[in-house]
This record gives sequence, C-alpha cells and structure tokens, in this order.
Amino acid sequence: MIHWLTEPFTLEFMQRALVASLIVGVVCSVLGCFVVLRAMAFLGDALAHAILPGVAVAYLLGANLLAGALVAALLVAAGIGLFSRRGAVKEDTAIGILFAAALALGVVLMSTVRSYATDLTHILFGNVLGVSAGDLWVTGALAVGVLATVVLLYKELLLASFDPVLAHTLKRRPELLRFVMLMLLALTVVVSLQTVGVGLVAAMLVTPAATAYLLTHRLSSMMLVSAAIGAACSVAGLYLSYYLNVASGAAVVLTATVLFMVTFVAAPRRGALARRAAARRAA
Amino acid sequence: MSNDDCLSLQGVTVAYGGRAALEKVTMDVPHGGQVAIVGPNGAGKSTLFKALVGLVPLRSGSIELRDRDADTPAEPIAYVPQREEIDWSFPVTVSDVVMMGRYGRLGWLRRPRAADHEFVAGCLDELGIADLAGRPVGDLSGGQQQRVFLARALAQEPHVLLLDEPFTGVDVSAKEALLEILERLRGRGITILVSTHDMQTAQQRFELVALLNGRLIAYGPPPTVFTPEHISAAFGGHALFLEGMVVIDECCPGDAPDKRSAHDHRADEP
Repeated sequence: MIHWLTEPFTLEFMQRALVASLIVGVVCSVLGCFVVLRAMAFLGDALAHAILPGVAVAYLLGANLLAGALVAALLVAAGIGLFSRRGAVKEDTAIGILFAAALALGVVLMSTVRSYATDLTHILFGNVLGVSAGDLWVTGALAVGVLATVVLLYKELLLASFDPVLAHTLKRRPELLRFVMLMLLALTVVVSLQTVGVGLVAAMLVTPAATAYLLTHRLSSMMLVSAAIGAACSVAGLYLSYYLNVASGAAVVLTATVLFMVTFVAAPRRGALARRAAARRAA
Repeated sequence: MSNDDCLSLQGVTVAYGGRAALEKVTMDVPHGGQVAIVGPNGAGKSTLFKALVGLVPLRSGSIELRDRDADTPAEPIAYVPQREEIDWSFPVTVSDVVMMGRYGRLGWLRRPRAADHEFVAGCLDELGIADLAGRPVGDLSGGQQQRVFLARALAQEPHVLLLDEPFTGVDVSAKEALLEILERLRGRGITILVSTHDMQTAQQRFELVALLNGRLIAYGPPPTVFTPEHISAAFGGHALFLEGMVVIDECCPGDAPDKRSAHDHRADEP
C-alpha cells in the first residue's frame, strides 16, 4: 500500500506535478470562496479563456508562456473593470464580449503554428506533467502573492463582499477592492494554467469553495476547508491520472465534483438530507 | 441651523439621470431627536438616506452635521439597511457582522484589537443578543437579524442613526422590541431617522414626522403633519377620507387597479 502511494513520486516530473497541483489546488480554492460568494464564476471562466491570446503571442515569440498569460489576464481584468464601471454596459455583457473576442484572437494566433493542435490542448486542459522547475518557482511566487494579499486584506474583502454599502460609508473603497479582486483572480487563473488549463480552471475556482460553503458558516473557516479540499482533490486526481492513465487536470476536477455531490447530499446542516429532515421536523 | 440642531439639510436635491428623486428638501433635526420619515413608495425616503451617507451625490443643496462635542468620529452616520439588501446566505456570524461596525476605526490591514472585541460584546449585550454571537446570521429570525444590524450600527458609535424600513417584515413583538430600543437610545443623545410605511407607529411613537413625496410636504410634530391637506398632497388620489379615517391605497404600485387592495392607514403595510 505504501509502495502504491509513493511509487508515482519517485519520478522527478511527478514530484513537480504534485507541488504544482497542490499550489493550484490551494490558491484556487481560497480565492474561489470570493468567486462563489460574489457570484463571479462566469468572470473567472472568462478570464481563463481570455489569457489565450497572451499565451499564443508568448509562444510565437518564444517567450515565457506564464508571462504572456499574466499580461493578457491583467489586461482583460482591467478591461472588464473599465467597461462595466459606470454601468455603460452590464458586467456580464462586458465579460461576454471580451471573453469571446480574446478566445477567438487566441485561436487565430495559435492556428498560424503547425503544432497548433497539441499545444492548444495543453493550454486548454493543462499539462501538469510538463511543469519545469522554473515554472514551479513562478507559480509558487504568484501563489504566495495572491494568498498574502487575501490574508492582509481579509477584513476589507469580507466587508466589501458582504455589504458594499457599509464598505462605502466606511470609506473602504469597494470599487478599488473589486479591482484588486479581479487582479487576484487573473493571477490565480495564470497559476492554474499548467495544471488544469484554461478550460477547467473555473471548476477549480468554484467546486471546492462551493463544497466548503455547505460545510461551514464563517468565511475564514470556509477558506480553510476549501483549501484542504482543493489540496486533497489535487493529490487524489494525480493518483487517478497515474494509475488509470487519464488526463490529470480532468481527474482533479472530477474528484472535486464527486466530493461536492456527496457533500451536497450529506452535509450536516446545509445538505439535502439534513434540510429534508429539518423540514419534516418543522412540519 | 441653531446650536441645538444635529443635522441640517438645506435645499437638498438628488436626481437620477434627468428625474429628480428628491427636490429642495430643507429640514433641521435637533440633537437626540427621533424623526419618522413617511411617504408613498418612490417618495425618496431611501434616496434621502443614501444622500445622508454619501452614496448618491447631491445635485444641489447641502447637508451639515454638527457635533455637540468637538471631536467628530470617523463616520458619524450609521445606516441600517433594509432586510432585502442583505445577503443572508453569506457565511458570517453575528459577532463578525457587528465587528464590521468597528472597521471604520481600524485602519486598512489592521486586525481588531481586544478593545474592539469588548466593544462588540457590549453592543451585543445591549441588544440582548449576546447568546447568539457565534450563530450564522442566516439562521436567525427577522427580529434578531434586525438587532444584529442595529448592534453593528451602534458599534460604529454614530451621532446619527438611519433605519431604513425597520418595521417591514418583522412581527409585532419584534417591532415593539425595536421601539423600546429606540426609546433607550433617546437617553444617549443619538439622533435617529426612521423611514417607514407604518403611519400609525409614526403618529403614535415619534415626536417628529417628515412627510415626503419627492419634496418635503410637512415636517413637525405628528398632529401638525397628519392633516387631510398634507395627506392628500403626499398620496394624491390614493388617499380616501372616510368619516375621520384615512384610507391609503398603495399596496401594489403599477398593478392593475382591480388587483389593488385598499389599506387602512392604521394597518401595517406589507
């Protein structure tokens, strides 16, 4: 049994994959709490797709893919913030426009390359087994930056998410915090690029946080539980991927989905069974 | 504005786009005064509160806040929002919510200190919800939830307290409890403005009433405000005078006339 558990990680690329998956699992799950509570899931998904042109340009120039993704994500996050700021168009409309345009631009750029199909697949669905030591450092640094910002601004982010009106009257600049939130989301999407890819990052942002939401009743504990779920699903997904020889990003996401479904049914207070029992007691 | 006044509005006008929601409202509220703001739906009650806390800009006019002591707190006006404006499914506990009232006094990045925790405990005690401190707000009754937000407002140590439709959606005992709390706050010199549909409560339990419908129709002690002329001016065709009783029909604005039901102004509107 122990051998079964340790065997995959005797390979160096699997060790790097494990570290990358854990980082992504934790960062996505923590930031995902805000995504779930502020109903930003569509935004997270859009940001993920919107980084495609950045990655494509970096690829064509032979530059670092993460750097290209980062520039694109920050530009799109700023663009969404700008378009919808004074209510010129509704936010989801702004997102829809930018997201589809960026995806199309990315595909156009990528289609000029001959090895287009494989590379696109890696970007769309991640290639955790191909993470280099350099990538790992960049991923780690971005992750530390995101988590440190969340910890430092915890009080302000909690207030702005729960009650923007009070945040405004206390001069806590809710629109500035929203912008910070968008930037953090962009960084998180970039961090996730290599493990789950742009196609599945929305699931990592939403699923562990939604599971934690069903199990807790405080934001701080929701974040901790979400991080633990994200980390556990990442590891479990890697094992599944190794032993069943399936794509790792998808395996991680499906593990998280199964966990969510079990929780949805069986959570102590907010689960379907508990709610039905409570309704029966009340009746 | 005399020295005894806490809050002074001079010709306050607020407009959304081209339409004026509030027109040239001029009124002075004395220190420790309790004012009921009444008027039909869309009369600008919420707009007035939003203008007072700085959520909507004034097109013209001015709002002046005078402190009896020299030191004005960081945020002198506390606002208790309508129930529907709060996301009750958000994972926060009662003490988390009340602590938010202290955030204005804490700098960015600062954690609450022991003194803040004590202050929050004091506010919870004062409103009789200390035993609920660790409970998620979504689990509480309407009356309890209202007290949580009142405790949060007190945690801001405000000079002026704004309550937006506090009698809507709570039962009679919760309403009485709230009125008792307001009575106690009178002794502490906090100036309170309450917007409400409940004209009976406004008439019987408040020393000052402001009748609003876009502009300020009348302001003063209840007997001088609730006159047939003022009521007609505020409610127009929706007010009916039947043998000394006023019936106001404004249950469902925008509904077909046959679906409207008449409401006695004494009845608690839904």
